[in-house]
Amino acid sequence: MDPRLAIIAERLKSIKKIIAVAAGKGGVGKSTVATGLALVLSKMGYKVGLLDLDFYGPSTHVILGLSEEIQPTEERGIVPPKVHGIEFMSLVFYTRKNPAPLRGPDLTNALIELLAITRWGELDFLIVDMPPGMGDTTLDAIRLLKNPSFLVVTTPSRVAYETVSRLIALLSELSIPILGVIENMRRPSDRVRLSLGVRVIGELPFDEELEDALGDPERFLQTEFARRLREVASAFKES
Amino acid sequence: MHEWALAEAVIATAKRAAREKKLRRITEITVKLGELQQIERTVFEFALEQILAQEDALVRHAKVVLETERARFRCRACHHEWAFETEHFAPEIAEAIHFVPEIAHAYVRCPSCRSPDFEVIAGRGVWLASLKGEE
Repeated sequence: MDPRLAIIAERLKSIKKIIAVAAGKGGVGKSTVATGLALVLSKMGYKVGLLDLDFYGPSTHVILGLSEEIQPTEERGIVPPKVHGIEFMSLVFYTRKNPAPLRGPDLTNALIELLAITRWGELDFLIVDMPPGMGDTTLDAIRLLKNPSFLVVTTPSRVAYETVSRLIALLSELSIPILGVIENMRRPSDRVRLSLGVRVIGELPFDEELEDALGDPERFLQTEFARRLREVASAFKES
Repeated sequence: MHEWALAEAVIATAKRAAREKKLRRITEITVKLGELQQIERTVFEFALEQILAQEDALVRHAKVVLETERARFRCRACHHEWAFETEHFAPEIAEAIHFVPEIAHAYVRCPSCRSPDFEVIAGRGVWLASLKGEE
């Protein structure tokens, strides 16, 4: 028997709401939205955690500007360090700069281990940066996380819409709550606007300032991107 | 004290299994400690003792038997098999593998062909091997 599965619910019980930020494909800004959302909610006074489950392409630590000396502490498990007020957990604490070439069962094991040993504090929100698509980790997160709600990110491109519509179909089939769709990187010239059958709760502009603000949360929070994300966060705080 | 989290998991799982089997009392829990996770046996035993002392009659007096399982790898590319040796690693790498054994894939390569595409065929981590009790 795998002893870890029985303890996961106990580890997650101090969290009020889990929001999985997902996308049909990579490159739509999912990690930036997830990290931005965590920062914005934290700035609004909520207690927030951020869990990076994009094991192949972890990047939330870059957006947060995590310095290398910051590590989780051991206290009857692993206590996530607070980074800019956010309780942060990622496999990069252990892989460092190395690639982690994991096959399906390894991805599952790594996720179960992280969930079994991480001791989150009292949190209003745990934001989970999901891997793109609907592979092992997405299915495991649906199975193991406590009633996650999904926030789906796309760009106004027919390619992104095509992939995200399949993800939405899967989540709907599994009766997973979807908070809404965020359309990222919209430019004034974008004409594509297809119906996904799910409410678009935010349109985020293509923000020229954003790249330079990555790694500097204070500057990040001053961007138009963050301002628009704050509107999104205010909306689902009330929902 | 990351061992504590896994000791809690073992006891929680043993209790769940005992309830499913309708056991009145658990008398013995056998736990396999996969070598790859490098569990500190004395720390793990201490955590189990402390946790059991706080538990109810279902599990409080259970004897816990710990068995170590050697860790072995098999390369998917060339089928070579080999055993895990911690002494090859810097302490911070050994510690990373201790927390999440799959992290081995970031640091271990097949000694025969250097591939990172290997599987852990034995001795990954903590496993509840068997449970004895009274109905």
